[in-house]
Amino acid sequence: MAPLLSAQGLQVRYGAVEAVRGVSFEIQQGEIVALLGANGAGKSSILNAIVGLVPTASGQVMFDGKDITGAAPEGLAPSGLTLSPEGRRVFGTLSVSDNLRMGAFGLTDKDEIAEAWERVYDLFPILKERKDQYAGTLSGGQQQMLAVGRALMSNPRLLLLDEPSLGLAPLIMDQIFELIAKLRDQGVTLLVVEQNVAKTLQVADRGYILVSGEIVEAGKTSELTQSSSMQDAYLGAN
Amino acid sequence: MELFLQQTANALALGGTYALLALGLAVVFSIMGLINFAHGELMTIAGYVLMYCGIASVPFVIAVPLAITASVLAAVAMERIAFRPVRNGSGATMLVTSFAVAMILQVLFQNLISARSQPVLLPALLSDSVRVFGLVIGVNKLAAIASTIVMLVFLDWFMKHQKTGVAMRAAAEDFAVARLMGIRANTVIAGAFALSGLLAGVAAVLWVSQRASVDPLMGFMPVLKAFIAAILGGLGSLRGAVAGGFLLGFIEIYLAAFLPPEMQEFRDPIGLGIVVLVLLIRPNGLIPSATLKAEKV
Repeated sequence: MAPLLSAQGLQVRYGAVEAVRGVSFEIQQGEIVALLGANGAGKSSILNAIVGLVPTASGQVMFDGKDITGAAPEGLAPSGLTLSPEGRRVFGTLSVSDNLRMGAFGLTDKDEIAEAWERVYDLFPILKERKDQYAGTLSGGQQQMLAVGRALMSNPRLLLLDEPSLGLAPLIMDQIFELIAKLRDQGVTLLVVEQNVAKTLQVADRGYILVSGEIVEAGKTSELTQSSSMQDAYLGAN
Repeated sequence: MELFLQQTANALALGGTYALLALGLAVVFSIMGLINFAHGELMTIAGYVLMYCGIASVPFVIAVPLAITASVLAAVAMERIAFRPVRNGSGATMLVTSFAVAMILQVLFQNLISARSQPVLLPALLSDSVRVFGLVIGVNKLAAIASTIVMLVFLDWFMKHQKTGVAMRAAAEDFAVARLMGIRANTVIAGAFALSGLLAGVAAVLWVSQRASVDPLMGFMPVLKAFIAAILGGLGSLRGAVAGGFLLGFIEIYLAAFLPPEMQEFRDPIGLGIVVLVLLIRPNGLIPSATLKAEKV
């Protein structure tokens, strides 16, 4: 089966700095795939390049059989691909429900929009309770839920999650990982960038290990757990 | 006391016009980080439409929507032709572009219409005055106050309850994330310009109603004042623009009315001195923008 998303020789540059040095990877429908690596390894750059927030220097990204290399971000959500960005970036001056409404901006089918509301309020009852509150007044964990909920409002087939547990209390962090597992059960394919490696390996099916913008190892999470390049990636042994 | 109330009505009328202009500047600035100094020429365009309608004896009730429509269309065209190509440029690039647009339009008005001030025929009703609570107030002043209220209520409703308005607020806060949601950058920016054109058009009708003439440089002074008002209120903040516009209107009218005659020639420096004082106390303006990031797309 053709992968839902595939990247070939993806390269990202910031001026003279080569943040991502020609990586290739793929995600099958229904999988949870993790991108692992130390700070500055290029994980977020890969996600941002996929959705067109940073320009792709070279390489190709295919989503659902279509070439989306260098596509404008606004076209991707309607085609089923979205990113929940690092640092949550909820619209703090908008109410919770307006944030969610913006998440469904690209949808036109009324029934589909109604279903999306139902699903998000079902997953995050707290958001329904706080729907009229300004998003900026939510706690960090609630903002993260709002960020994920907002991304889910577009009914994505592939959701890119950038550091969903960053800066959250351990208890809330557990909820986020439970959510990731739950989303997979609902048929959402996920590409997750996380600094909490142990927990990510528990929920993900496969992973790629990045060091200085290159993939040094790929495989099933059970294999990666024992891999030596895993330690190297974080401790900088090479 | 009566004089004070009378002047307060005048201040509300002038301040409301400044508020509408400052709002137009703020809507565009909050979204793309551009202070559009060609905003005043949108007013001038609307003014000339009123003038030609008067010459062609088009009824005023039809001339007003025509003038406002012209201003909206001109604003959208301005964005498409002049600002879209430099959208990714620096703030300075866009600022210089806006000056260029303003000057080109002024030269066109001077050469194609007239370098001199042209009279605008207005309905006699506008120069009448009515008694309200014992005060004698000009119909044009009342119309200005009423139009300002209608526009502010409309804008508030639009930004809070219309999907496009909410998207504009979202884009003003975080443009990159807004685009991720499928909010099109072109739509939001064109929408912001259309809105600013609407506000400039209404302000132009109010402005011309007070002076009954239009000239190629008509837009410059009010937009300069609106720029001061926008900064006074907090650049990029919509509520701030309204507050700044009214405050500036009050300062100008009260100084003109209550400053002793021998001090009148220092009216403008004193007024701007007060503005500087306010900014010394509140450097980010009266109601600062919560998230002034003004990212570029």
